[in-house]
Amino acid sequence: MLIHPEEILETINMVTNEHLDIRTVTMGINLRGCSHPDIKVFNENIYTRILRCAENLVKTTEDIQNLYGIPIINKRISVTPIAIVAESCHVDDYCSVAETLDRAAQEAGIDFIGGFSALVQKGMTPGDLKLINSIPQALATTKKVCSSINVATTKAGINMDAVAMMGHIIKRTAELTGDRAGIGCAKLVVFANAPDDNPFMAGAFHGIGEPDCVINVGVSGPGVVNSAVRSLQNPDLGDISECIKKTAFKITRMGEMVGKEVARRLNAQFGVLDLSLAPTPAVGDSVAAILEAMGLESCGTHGTTAALALLNDAVKKGGAMASSSVGGLSGAFIPVSEDEGMIRAVQRGSLSLDKLEAMTCVCSVGLDMIAVPGDTSPATISAIIADEMAIGMINKKTTAVRIIPAPGTKVGDMIEFGGLLGTAPVMPVHNFSSEVFIGRGGKIPAPIQALTN
Amino acid sequence: MSSSRFVITVIGLDRVGIVAGISRVMAEHSVNIADIRQTIMNDLFTMIMLAEVKGENVDLSAFQEAMSAIGKELGVQVIVQHEDVFRFMHRI
Repeated sequence: MLIHPEEILETINMVTNEHLDIRTVTMGINLRGCSHPDIKVFNENIYTRILRCAENLVKTTEDIQNLYGIPIINKRISVTPIAIVAESCHVDDYCSVAETLDRAAQEAGIDFIGGFSALVQKGMTPGDLKLINSIPQALATTKKVCSSINVATTKAGINMDAVAMMGHIIKRTAELTGDRAGIGCAKLVVFANAPDDNPFMAGAFHGIGEPDCVINVGVSGPGVVNSAVRSLQNPDLGDISECIKKTAFKITRMGEMVGKEVARRLNAQFGVLDLSLAPTPAVGDSVAAILEAMGLESCGTHGTTAALALLNDAVKKGGAMASSSVGGLSGAFIPVSEDEGMIRAVQRGSLSLDKLEAMTCVCSVGLDMIAVPGDTSPATISAIIADEMAIGMINKKTTAVRIIPAPGTKVGDMIEFGGLLGTAPVMPVHNFSSEVFIGRGGKIPAPIQALTN
Repeated sequence: MSSSRFVITVIGLDRVGIVAGISRVMAEHSVNIADIRQTIMNDLFTMIMLAEVKGENVDLSAFQEAMSAIGKELGVQVIVQHEDVFRFMHRI
């Protein structure tokens, strides 16, 4: 037998005991051929187009799941940013487009559809403005639609007018979904340097340089890395890095195999493999647990940023060796509500918003799934976004903010979202005002790092 | 996919009739055993089989269901996976 029994049992153990899974198979669909001045025709066009491409997405991924015995948790769709394709419609708001996306997602049997999005890092078109103003209502009336706004890039700088606006939009979204703990905000991401091929929600959209129809795969596995690190006998940090690298390699290989086979069967192009350690609420399937396995008493204490930097880099190195198609966000995610270890760290008092912000300098995304008190002002939310965008802009990396000012909540409350979105402890923000700074508006110019030509 | 070979893993407490029961169901589905290995790992009976299927159109889900059913009857866990998953994961 060519395959060693130990290897077979290792793989089975990763799936059954350590929560290894393909987190998402996301089909990117180009909607640029759907534009029409009449919004009714436009909505029909996108509905037909999405279902034509994604008709067999769910069935095919389920077949592959059975074939390989590797669970595929989510099936998703990302589309061309709606602000671009809806720009020519003669209407004032795009809520009906969101409803159409929701219906198409429902009919296709997928979990989420992303792309109710706009790219406004340098300024806004009338279409961008209409889309942003439609977000609160659109997210309140739909279930599966996700929205993202890119407000900064290293090349363009930060559009602070858009940042100021997003503070109000997030507040309004929370209010309109106040009866459901502000869940609308869990489907809304504000980005710097948003990737065009990200398969993960809520930030997925089908970028403008992408092919007509593409399959991007997101692989996870914090539980596997956690177990691998914990099984080492008295390792030094170099040993830990080596161990994470090898584990990431194996996980990536599996994801690439699945992605290519799904793409082949659906006659779509295979896009990227996004190796992101995305935690789930399951015990042990936690990025915080990995950091603690390295020797920290509780995630968030001094040393956490260094440990996370080691983890993130080792994950990338393992992934880059295993696949030539690594893309998307690729790294470690630190969403608070979705990670049982992060939640405990917040409750223990070892993890604060400020430490999370520092951690985002060295990992793949940003302040993710953070609940703040319901009375947090729009300016404070905008200022939190501005800080995060600055980190992304200066460090030439993706950063994002997904923050939930759940109405009526105060510090210490727990907000229940259910499913993969988990449970968020409400975290304190600074009480000093950022009102005047945010109120100034304008742009933060592109940094010196942008001048690379 | 480069082949139609499957790895069948059987894990559980040892008892009389495991190999007989499993191979009977395989024969009913025209699945051939190319290689078989068994061992005791962590006090558990572990049998790993490399199985071959002739022709592209095997009803995999029906076979998987039948295998889990016989596994339940025998009190063992039976997993049927395409061999590529192991090849890709552990070999370059």
